[in-house]
Amino acid sequence: MESLEQIKLWIEGAVPDARIEIVANPGPAAQHSLLVGLDQAVPVARFLLEDSRLRLDYASNVTGVDWPETMLKEKRKVKQTIDGVEREIEETSEHVRPGYLEVVYHLYSMALKQGPVILRLRTRDRTASARVPSLTPVWRGAEFQEREVFDLFGVLFDGHPDLRRILMWDGFRDFPMRKDYTPTPEVEPVPAPIP
Amino acid sequence: MSLQPFQVIPRLGSEGEPLDGEQLEISMGPQHPSTHGVFRMDLVLDGERVIRLKPVFGYLHRNHEKIGENMTYLGSMPYTDRLDYFCSLTNNWAYALAVEKLAGIQVPERAEYLRVITAELTRLQNHLSLAGFLLQDMGASGTPLMYAFRQREKILDLFESLTGARMMCNYMRFGGCRCDVPDGWLDQARLVVEEFPRFLDEFQALLDENEILMSRTQGVGVLSSALAVNAGVTGPMLRASGVNYDLRKVDHYGIYDRFSFQVPLGDHGDVYDRYMVRVLEMRESLKILESALRTLPPGPVLDPKTKLRGFRPKPGEAYGRIEAPKGELGFYLISDGSPNPYRYRVRPPSFINLTILEDLCLGHQVADVVVILGSVDIVLGEVDR
Amino acid sequence: MMVPGQGILKGLAETARNFFGSYVSPERLVTVQYPEERLASKEAARNFPFLVFDGDDWQQGLRCVACQICEKECPPKCITIIKDTVRKPDYVGKLQFQPQRFDIDISVCMSCQICVEVCPFDAIKMDTEFELSTADRFDQLRLRKHQLAKSNHYYQRIHPVESAEVDGRLGAEKAKAEAKARK
Repeated sequence: MESLEQIKLWIEGAVPDARIEIVANPGPAAQHSLLVGLDQAVPVARFLLEDSRLRLDYASNVTGVDWPETMLKEKRKVKQTIDGVEREIEETSEHVRPGYLEVVYHLYSMALKQGPVILRLRTRDRTASARVPSLTPVWRGAEFQEREVFDLFGVLFDGHPDLRRILMWDGFRDFPMRKDYTPTPEVEPVPAPIP
Repeated sequence: MSLQPFQVIPRLGSEGEPLDGEQLEISMGPQHPSTHGVFRMDLVLDGERVIRLKPVFGYLHRNHEKIGENMTYLGSMPYTDRLDYFCSLTNNWAYALAVEKLAGIQVPERAEYLRVITAELTRLQNHLSLAGFLLQDMGASGTPLMYAFRQREKILDLFESLTGARMMCNYMRFGGCRCDVPDGWLDQARLVVEEFPRFLDEFQALLDENEILMSRTQGVGVLSSALAVNAGVTGPMLRASGVNYDLRKVDHYGIYDRFSFQVPLGDHGDVYDRYMVRVLEMRESLKILESALRTLPPGPVLDPKTKLRGFRPKPGEAYGRIEAPKGELGFYLISDGSPNPYRYRVRPPSFINLTILEDLCLGHQVADVVVILGSVDIVLGEVDR
Repeated sequence: MMVPGQGILKGLAETARNFFGSYVSPERLVTVQYPEERLASKEAARNFPFLVFDGDDWQQGLRCVACQICEKECPPKCITIIKDTVRKPDYVGKLQFQPQRFDIDISVCMSCQICVEVCPFDAIKMDTEFELSTADRFDQLRLRKHQLAKSNHYYQRIHPVESAEVDGRLGAEKAKAEAKARK
């Protein structure tokens, strides 16, 4: 299986406008992923499916992840002159990383028995109009899983043949797997006090 | 079509066009003895022939993934038992594998052998249940089911002496297995494995050439290999359509490389092939079991450095998958350094195998729908989580 | 020559073999007539937890020191512990806390055995009793401290191998503490 950098070069060669970024995965598992820009996601997916060196014909897992807005702290070492002596001080700067929803695709190849290649699609924000192009026309296996990401996270998939709730009942409001979801009393009853 | 988030989709048959007077729209389930759990199918029928089929589930949704986010890594292990409640040991192994990949934990050799032994025993008892229930759905009310269950009880007795419970075993830990085998367990296991082939010969003599079985299952619910691959179908359903993809051979997880076994493949992709692939897989599992029980090495079953309490893997993510009896069972974990996972996702094989249920059933009669659903081998605990 | 119905006849022969065989060989007649006959319970079998006490007085001999580790680790959070203000001596003579209230809600407990694994004092172990039905859906399914406390002799009866190991370990620690006290 080729390295992720090589795959990125192939994709950029085949789909010129694609914006691909490698997202490193810290930790021992070392499963790095490709962040794909939304507008060229379907051509990139089709290339991954049809290219003879990759043949990624099996979408194993489609996951939604909720990244709410967080404050990120960064520490930098800065050289400063104090009282005539040059010293290196650590400066902490804080900035707000805006919130987004993410859809992660794990792709394997059954024909060439290789993988995984991990794709990530990020929405612009976490509002009711968080949209992402659907990859169901490329891999049919993503159909139910994308419906589940819509149901539980609220990500709208453009081009999905049948986008409706799958696990929660049809009249349910709100999206349960988001980090800021609080259940109403009709959904989760308040427990009685212990005698 | 683009949807507003809370728009309720109109019922089948009336999606834009009026329902034809000849067509009948029925809902099969959720209470039905042959729907294998609380599973509903909305069928549109022309006489007896199926024109549309939409599976509806979510009746057993227990927000397993949300519970996983609020629970420690060890605390989620008993919950994984209850996903695919027939095969709790393979669920445990898949979760332990994903966490071991996430945190970089090694597993001692005896534990690997015990994992293979328990996983193959689980595969045996799952395929026995499937064979029994499939025949039950076809109308052979009880006899093949009870023969299969008589054999399955012996395997469940083995599980009870090893782990303490017949179904909800909670046996794997991150870095090995919870406890070692008690005295006499290995001999009991060898007895069960030795008499199994004789039982399988009887079972196959009972069923394989049965004309009713053959005429109800051959040519019914044919799944082409191209559609199976594209729809993400895995497990015996995929191999019955002729695609040679068994995670035990592809991923080389655990110590499966040390055992020689074949992967049975089907030619036609119909219900009969799926049933026969599972019966042949049982025979291959027996080969693995016999070899593993013979070559089990001594040693510890749990890495002595594993922490039960206060387990915090480093930030990162991992996707670990195994060949569960129903297909590819995967766990996707994102850790942010705290004792609870940031995202805990189960990739359920039954859920994804249901994608093509409509394609398999179109043009068949309602009685065939029951048989096809039985051959997909779903467990609602896994579909709904 | 292919007899039509040959497969079915072969199957019927199998059924006949099982049916008549069940009169002759015990392995074909597997039904256990419960509750008149019972199967012997396995050593490792587990159902709900119980608290172990040493000796005859269940309040004095209770091993639990209310450290609340099992309460924190329990996945469905079915254990409720309130520490008592009065302390009592344990089996080596050291003063330890004790629980004033120790409740397990067995309608929530899933018998996962994690409380047993994390207890540092061998105070909570798994019971094997399963005939626990009551007519009350709520209060009687919440086992209190006095219902949970069972003697060490009971533990030795239901789990002989496991209790032998625990008794050996606790006896060795007690001997070591006594040897140190005598010095």
